[in-house]
Amino acid sequence: MLERNVKITNKLGLHLRAAALLVKTASAFESDVRIRRDDIEVDAKSIMGVLGLEGSMGVDLIIKVDGRDEDDALRAVVGLIEAKFEEEE
Amino acid sequence: MTAKTELVFNGVAASPGIAMGSAIVLEKQDLRVPLRRLESGDIDGEMDRLVSAIEDSKTQLVNTRNEVAGDMGESYARIFDAHIMILEDKRSIDEVMTKIRGGHNAEFAFNSVFLRHEKELWEKGDVYIKDRAGDIRDVRRRVLSNLSGTRRAAGELRNLESDVIVIAHDLSPADTAQMRKERVLAFATDIGGRTSHTAIMARSLEIPAVVGLKNVTSGVVDGDFVIVDGSRGKVLISPSEDTLEKYSLEIERYSRFTKGLLRFKDLPPVTIDGHPVTLSANIESHEEIDSVLEHGAQGIGLYRTEFIYIGREGLPTEEEQYEIYEAVSAAVSPNPVIIRTMDLGGDKFLSAFESPKEMNPYLGWRGIRFCLARKDIFKAQLRAILRASARGNVKIMYPMISNLDELLEANAVLDEVKKGLDREGQKFDRTCEVGIMVETPAAVMIARELAKHVDFFSIGSNDLIQYALAADRGNEKVAYLYEPLHPAVLRFIKETVTVAKEAGIWVGLCGEMSSDLICAFILLGMGVDELSASPYVVPEIKEMVRSVYFTDAEQVARQALTGGKPEEVRRIAMETIGREFPEMLL
Repeated sequence: MLERNVKITNKLGLHLRAAALLVKTASAFESDVRIRRDDIEVDAKSIMGVLGLEGSMGVDLIIKVDGRDEDDALRAVVGLIEAKFEEEE
Repeated sequence: MTAKTELVFNGVAASPGIAMGSAIVLEKQDLRVPLRRLESGDIDGEMDRLVSAIEDSKTQLVNTRNEVAGDMGESYARIFDAHIMILEDKRSIDEVMTKIRGGHNAEFAFNSVFLRHEKELWEKGDVYIKDRAGDIRDVRRRVLSNLSGTRRAAGELRNLESDVIVIAHDLSPADTAQMRKERVLAFATDIGGRTSHTAIMARSLEIPAVVGLKNVTSGVVDGDFVIVDGSRGKVLISPSEDTLEKYSLEIERYSRFTKGLLRFKDLPPVTIDGHPVTLSANIESHEEIDSVLEHGAQGIGLYRTEFIYIGREGLPTEEEQYEIYEAVSAAVSPNPVIIRTMDLGGDKFLSAFESPKEMNPYLGWRGIRFCLARKDIFKAQLRAILRASARGNVKIMYPMISNLDELLEANAVLDEVKKGLDREGQKFDRTCEVGIMVETPAAVMIARELAKHVDFFSIGSNDLIQYALAADRGNEKVAYLYEPLHPAVLRFIKETVTVAKEAGIWVGLCGEMSSDLICAFILLGMGVDELSASPYVVPEIKEMVRSVYFTDAEQVARQALTGGKPEEVRRIAMETIGREFPEMLL
């Protein structure tokens, strides 16, 4: 099990397109990927959960991964968020 | 087939005019979800059904998405992108399949999983997330419809063969985006008010609409002959011979009347005794420009910019806004366009940013308050407006001013923005007029101080009336208190006009009062310089102005101000106007 803190830094936050990218990225891995915000924890492989996170700019998230490819999974998901979802900046 | 009895439903008049025709009823909110236990032999077949329904739904969504993108642009098409994303959620689909393997039929399995997600999102306060819950609902209903094989929803309206009247519980942007609009004669919905999507769409299409009918969908079926009276807020199902005759005449008369008015399109709005008034138009979207020009309005007295901010992903950029404002300014030039900085909150909603649920949005974080707290958003809009002002016919207006500090601060931000544009070498109109919406009682009472810092006032009567009379016109129990001709309201208006004249600035009124013949007559008599109304009533208001004596209007206004009862004031006004303009007396 691995955990990492990450802050949402892109202007639009976890809007629809970003959420979809996040789900796509997480789904590529075997490991369980969960995202926690305050006391809400959701499955990062489902758009339904991610949509309910209310992740606007400045919000702190905890990424939790568990499984065989957890290192790669964590790197990919955290990397995506830190890269501001590849949005123009 | 037995002759049906005539049924009359009353609702809110959302878009004027009368239409008659065959009804088409969109499926209602709650679809029946059958529950069956499957035999083990049925499971494969059920999985196939599910997969087919999902594939069909996906195909429909992709087709619709592309068609809508072509017809209406990318931002409308994105609604369907959201639907496709939801439909492709692997986790949820896997869960549905697990339920089917457990012996549940596809409808029940699909509905339980997706409804659960929908409810979870709906529970959160955020309006933006509620929109997403709405998206899940739309997808859920689409798949359920495809499963049941009886699909009657907005999608079918793309292929309308004949003209119809569309009746529904409610119409969302997704619904109307898919309609073949040339075939739609009118709208009628169970819920909604004058500012709901159905109303706005109907007005921009210039077709009649009645909303808030409560349960019209239970009183009508496909193929029923229906009359929609959007001027009086009535819907008549299976009208009797007499009613039909009466309305046919009415349609003819109304058509002749409106065509006749357009003959005077380019004549100036001046009273018989030579008193001029400016007649402009209120718009919510740049798509209404054609209507403004067709109806001979002398420019735009109120451009509500909120609609640029809602129903879309993220905030509009400065560049996107500039292009819209530029286009509007070009279209009405040399007439002016008054652009009101965004006033979100109250009965409009935010979609791109977090906002905690307000107990009382009308008294809440909106208008200039919001903009001064979010100067990044405010500046982006001001920059876009100023750049568009280079043509010379743009004016700026701040909403919801309730104290002098707000006005001074807003003007300071505007100055900062101007300096920034100067440094960048960007062109803008240095003499661009700046005014405020006078819509709070406080603003009326300190109008003297405010007048020193603006070039004009525009009275926002809709909100002013609600604040002054402490009544919410959207609340059925107290809507009757909303009375534009209440002496208190008239005195607030008169005070504003008097102060403006003393200060040497002009004063307009951009609320619904300007669109009402009798109120417009009295406003004229009180000395209001500009009336900004719905584009399609501008010809009628002009005809009234050209048919009356200013001295008469002054006299009626004076009487009204002494505390006359609104009904009495109406009667006297009607008599006076009716002398020269008898057609007005519908």
